Amino acid sequence: MEVPILKQGEFLIATIQAALSDADLEHLRMALIQRVVRFRSRAVIVDVTAMDVMDSFASRTLKEIAQMIRLRGAETVIVGIQPEVAFAMVQLGITLETVATALDLEEGLAYLSQKFKNLN
Amino acid sequence: MTKRNSSLRAVGSRNPQTATLAVSEAPSELLRELVAHLRQNRTQLREEWVGRISETRLLTAMTKEEIFAEATSVYDSYVEALETETFEALQAYARNLSERIIPRGVETHEVVGIVLLLRDVLARSLFAKYQTDFRKLNRILDAYEPAANRIANTVAVGFVQERERVIRQQQEAIRELSTPVLQVRERLLILPIIGVIDPQRARQLTEQLLRGIRTNRAKVVVIDITGVAAMDVTVANHLVQTVEASRLLGATVIVTGLSPEIAQTLVTIGVDLGKMNTVGDLQGGIEQAERLLGYKVVPS
Repeated sequence: MEVPILKQGEFLIATIQAALSDADLEHLRMALIQRVVRFRSRAVIVDVTAMDVMDSFASRTLKEIAQMIRLRGAETVIVGIQPEVAFAMVQLGITLETVATALDLEEGLAYLSQKFKNLN
Repeated sequence: MTKRNSSLRAVGSRNPQTATLAVSEAPSELLRELVAHLRQNRTQLREEWVGRISETRLLTAMTKEEIFAEATSVYDSYVEALETETFEALQAYARNLSERIIPRGVETHEVVGIVLLLRDVLARSLFAKYQTDFRKLNRILDAYEPAANRIANTVAVGFVQERERVIRQQQEAIRELSTPVLQVRERLLILPIIGVIDPQRARQLTEQLLRGIRTNRAKVVVIDITGVAAMDVTVANHLVQTVEASRLLGATVIVTGLSPEIAQTLVTIGVDLGKMNTVGDLQGGIEQAERLLGYKVVPS
């Protein structure tokens, strides 16, 4: 299942709507790092609200996406991690330390606009 | 031939006869005799028992009069249990007694000790009474010992069960004193933790906090652990995990009120608190949280 990527002003928004296979995740990674430069986006928001489980491959891919996007000159915010998923992740030692996180899409957008307002 | 046969038969038939005699005498017959003996010497045996209790310094939490009163009822229940060979009444009495004496700090070893003392006192009196008839003494003891052991067992188990019930009740009461997640300002939560944190409570706290962050859309959380006296590796790591999980939900956690002892332990056991945001007291924590949220408190 392909993840839709929407362009919203200076940001790209990828909303994961169902459990993803490893191939889907790799596809998402490719699509995001291609489009972030093509659309001259300043940031990418990945919304994982619909994910009930986050395995180690998925979390690693999210981390890699964030690192690759940084190399492509933009920032990543992961939003909508469920409380149960968050605790399961830290118990597995996955803390996404280098990645910005926010409660939901609205918070993520607020965080980014705040950040870029300060920069401008 | 016939003569020997008959004499053999006579020998052979004598054995079953003595056997049936012994059976008819034991154990209920013997127990009845025993009970009669214990009833007859009730005052003397009971006093001897109480004397032994104070000699061995058991039940120091109770006064002499109380011990005597309890000893009387225990003695009567004991004899009754021997007589009827039913232990329900004794069990109920043991539970009732435990209920009364546990709050006064009576220990398990004391309760077991006094029941064993009574067992010894009664056994001694049996020795004294039947010392001339060794075989009878043996049979009496055969009847007495299993019953006495069962009584000791019943009382000890009753006491321990009652204690466990009290402990369970208290644990539940502690668990029900759930830790509230409080909102003090828009997007600012406080989680004051008081008392001992065991792994189960830590888990419950984390779940409540993460859920609270989501429902209140919190951006900053102040966890105040002023009321926590001690912290071990497991709980410390759990705290770190809670902080990290909260960050995954987009909230910043500030931990306040780490006591000098906890600070020392955490550094000594090598828990990595580098990622944790700590402030000395709750007031400082709230002030920092307000700064993070962009509030400015001005006197009017």
